[in-house]
Parts: sequence; structure tokens; C-alpha cells
Amino acid sequence: MNENLINYLPILIFIMFAIAICIAFIASAFVVGNQNPDPEKNTPFECGFDVFEDTRVNFDVRFYLVAILFIIFDLEIAFLFPWAVSLGNIGLFGFWSMMFFLLVLTFGFIYEWKKGALEWE
Amino acid sequence: MYYSMLFYIFSFFVIASSIGVITSKNPVYCVLYLILAFINSAILFLFLNAEFLAMLLIVVYVGAVAVLFLFVVMMLNINIEEKKSKFLKFKPLSIILGSIILVEFLYFLIIDNSTLEKLSNTPNLEQKNNTISLGNILYTDFALLFQMCGVILLVAMIGAIVLTLRKRPGVKKQIIKNQVDTKKEDVIEVVSVKNNEGA
Repeated sequence: MNENLINYLPILIFIMFAIAICIAFIASAFVVGNQNPDPEKNTPFECGFDVFEDTRVNFDVRFYLVAILFIIFDLEIAFLFPWAVSLGNIGLFGFWSMMFFLLVLTFGFIYEWKKGALEWE
Repeated sequence: MYYSMLFYIFSFFVIASSIGVITSKNPVYCVLYLILAFINSAILFLFLNAEFLAMLLIVVYVGAVAVLFLFVVMMLNINIEEKKSKFLKFKPLSIILGSIILVEFLYFLIIDNSTLEKLSNTPNLEQKNNTISLGNILYTDFALLFQMCGVILLVAMIGAIVLTLRKRPGVKKQIIKNQVDTKKEDVIEVVSVKNNEGA
């Protein structure tokens, strides 16, 4: 058995409890509650009339742009973590390697700022 | 005992949710299955002692990539029946691709064992921190690949902006420079009105 994984045991217990409670609620509602289905009860109902359309609506493409810009800077930060903890071992080359990486992404950042991609409207 | 049992349980969840991704009819459910697969793969990374990669998988894939997939699915508004027919249409191609990957796996497992042994020559993670051992090689030994990552991210950023950024005409917007530059003469008109003749 692995020492590190013991630290994650509370999370596993938490997840198992969460699943058990979810199942318990649904199952008890199913077992205890009255079940008298008829065709009228099973039809979709929306404020007294039949539903007009799917609940899914088309998203604006701008959400996609915001999400992809978020991912890029998310990854940039993800690269910064191992660099920060091992900065003492990798020397000057590792430091400037990261600085160049940041410079490249900063060019992109300036581009998107000037283009107005960060502004909503 | 418990260790390998849990490992197989989570591996089973990865495979089951991957099957859910390609078989469920609603594309939104596909993305939700994909998130489940990501989380279970993160747990498998934990079993390999790669804690940093596990957290990264959750932060980047579940937190960002899955959201992006959801946006794309919502944007395209794929028809359910249409998706089903395409799934069958691409069957030969997917069988070919799948068998190529299978052959590659079998090649490295059965014939070329030395490469796998070289790959499994990782630092002893019981003593060394996973994040530090990653940082020790990523920025120096693999500097070129690391810089390529930066360039790929830059291309992705510029590509997304070029493809999706549209200027909307007729949007009311506050432009501070124009407000500051406004002169008194531009906005105020001084009219001298004669006595008893003003409207």
C-alpha cells in the first residue's frame, strides 16, 4: 500500500457517502411515495401548455472565445507551478526558458487586448 | 490488495464512461460522461503517485476543456438523429484507427520491451516530490518542447480571436479618450438671443 494515497482516503469516503446519500434519497422517494402514474401525469408540462421547443438554446460564439482564452492562461499558470518549486535546481537557463515562454504569451496577450477580445461589448 | 482493487474499479469507470461518451444520444450527456472519464483518469494518476498531473488534469481538463466542449456542443446544436447516423458512417475509419493503436500497443508490450523499460525508469517518487521532479527536467532538458508549447498556445489564442471575434455595429460603448478629448466648442453652442425675440 502506498503512503501517499492514504491522504486521499477521506476524499474517497466523502465520495462514497455522497453517492450513498443520493441513492438513498432517490430510492426512498421511489419506495415510500405513492406511485399512480397515468398518461396525463407523464406528459411534459410547462405552465399549462405543451413545451414549444428543446430547453437547449444556441450559445453565442463569444462564450467560446472567453473559454479558450481562459484555457490558454490557465495552462500558462499550470506551467508556472513546477517552475516555481524547482527554480533552485534548474539554474539560470531554466529561469530564462520560462521568461521566454512568458514573453511569447505576453505578445499574444497584448494582441488580444489591442484587438478588443477581452471586452464583452 | 485494496490498492489494486481500487485501481481496477477506477479503470473500469474510465472505460465505462468512455463507452458512454460514444454511445449516449444526447451530446450534452456525452460531455458529462467525458468529465467523468477525466476525473477517473485523474484518480488513476494519483495511483501512479503523479499528484501534480492528477490535479492538473482536474484543473485544466475538467475546469476548462470540458467547459469548452460544452460550449461547442451548445453552439453547434447537433441533431440527435444526425449524430447517430454519422456514428455508423465512420465505423470503418474508426475500426482502422483503433486497430492501428492496438497493434502499436501490442508491439511495445510483446516485441519491443526495452522501450517500455526505458520509459518506466522514473525517479523514485516515494522520496522525491512529483512537482519538483517534473520541474527539474521540463524547463531545461525539454526546453525546446516547452517553448513549442508556448508557440502552440500563442497560435491557439490568435486563431481563436481571428476566427470568432466579430465587431458588432451599433453598440453603444464608452470610449474614454473621446470623452476626455471633447472640447467646449464641440458640445456647447452659445447663441446670443435678442431681447423679446427669443423662442
